[in-house]
Amino acid sequence: MYQFTIKPLFGTEEWELGSTGVNIAFTNSALWMMITTIAVIAFVQMGTKQQMIPGRWQVAVESLTSFIDNLVQSSIGAQGRKYIPYVFTLFIFILFGNLLGLLPLGVLGVHPFTFTSHFTVTGVLAVISFSIVLLVGFWKHGFKFFTLFVPHGTPIFMAPLIAVVEFISFMVRPFSLALRLFVAMMAGHILLEVLASFVVSGGLAGLGFGAIVSLPSMLLMIVICALELLVAGIQAYVFALLTALYINDAENLH
Amino acid sequence: MPQISQLAETFSSQIVWLLVFFAITYFIVGRGMVPRVMDTMDRRSKQIADDISAAHAAREQADKEEEAWRARENENRARAQALISEAKAEAAAKSEKKIAAAQKRLDKKLEEADERIAASRKDALEEIETVATDATQDIVARLAGIKVAKPAAKSAVKESLANG
Repeated sequence: MYQFTIKPLFGTEEWELGSTGVNIAFTNSALWMMITTIAVIAFVQMGTKQQMIPGRWQVAVESLTSFIDNLVQSSIGAQGRKYIPYVFTLFIFILFGNLLGLLPLGVLGVHPFTFTSHFTVTGVLAVISFSIVLLVGFWKHGFKFFTLFVPHGTPIFMAPLIAVVEFISFMVRPFSLALRLFVAMMAGHILLEVLASFVVSGGLAGLGFGAIVSLPSMLLMIVICALELLVAGIQAYVFALLTALYINDAENLH
Repeated sequence: MPQISQLAETFSSQIVWLLVFFAITYFIVGRGMVPRVMDTMDRRSKQIADDISAAHAAREQADKEEEAWRARENENRARAQALISEAKAEAAAKSEKKIAAAQKRLDKKLEEADERIAASRKDALEEIETVATDATQDIVARLAGIKVAKPAAKSAVKESLANG
């Protein structure tokens, strides 16, 4: 669990907001958010050369943008184009956070921190997405937005019950959005940590144990590392996709 | 689990820094760079579409020109054909006329020759008659000692010539 510990990097004394007692110390988590931001900017910057015949990096960035473009267009439609900046930022920020947290920098003595494995972080992202849904919904449809809770074709006597169920499922959305990412990230990292501890303690217990326990654990770790890379991408995709689908609800009301 | 045990002391820092860095990413990358990237892609696909449509237009133009050229070619050929046949007809008519004129001339000559022949024959016959009449008078005078008058001898010769 040590890998999830948040440590203030420059102490906590001078980081209070005024005299409110709210402490915003610059932690290792904040540091890795910063690294993610820099990496994302550096990566996307290479796609903005605006060449007619793109280079490798430009193709990489362009395929990522067109991927998000397709995702948003297919789930929201033509008027979804204005949400592309947000969905793209969300996707690439989570993706880079996940991937950077998987870097094996521990070998060099630097411990990467996966900020997406904290529900405070994923929660904030989910709340932002949810707020956008609410704002767009009420901005565009006013109180008609509440008809979202009564799907088309619902029998009139079922409407109150359905509305309650729909309302609950609607309100659960930010939690499921936040928890899904947080749990997936944390589970993967814990799994790797457990397997790594098997490798170490198996090796320390002797050659026989090393052969029986450490070697299979090591092999499993390699496989699970590949899986984790996949999960890093999939979770970022799922977060972006669900955000787009929820925005679609607000934009088009069924 | 640090996520829970550290919650009270770290949540404000987590939220603030996430908002700060997410906002930076959103405004620099999402708002600044992504539209440019997509703009480039749009321009590229537009250019490709334009190029394709330009190529289509060029091909259509070429087809049309070929069609026009073919029509012109056909027309020219037809005109040439017409010219040739016209010249042929003209030449045929001219030669026919010439031939006809020559024929006429020849006919005229032939007729004249015939006439001349007929006149000569008539002259010759008259000569023969005259000679025969003289001879008859002479023979009759020598054999019978009778002098026959010229008209009587002439009519007798004529008779025997007509019978002979």
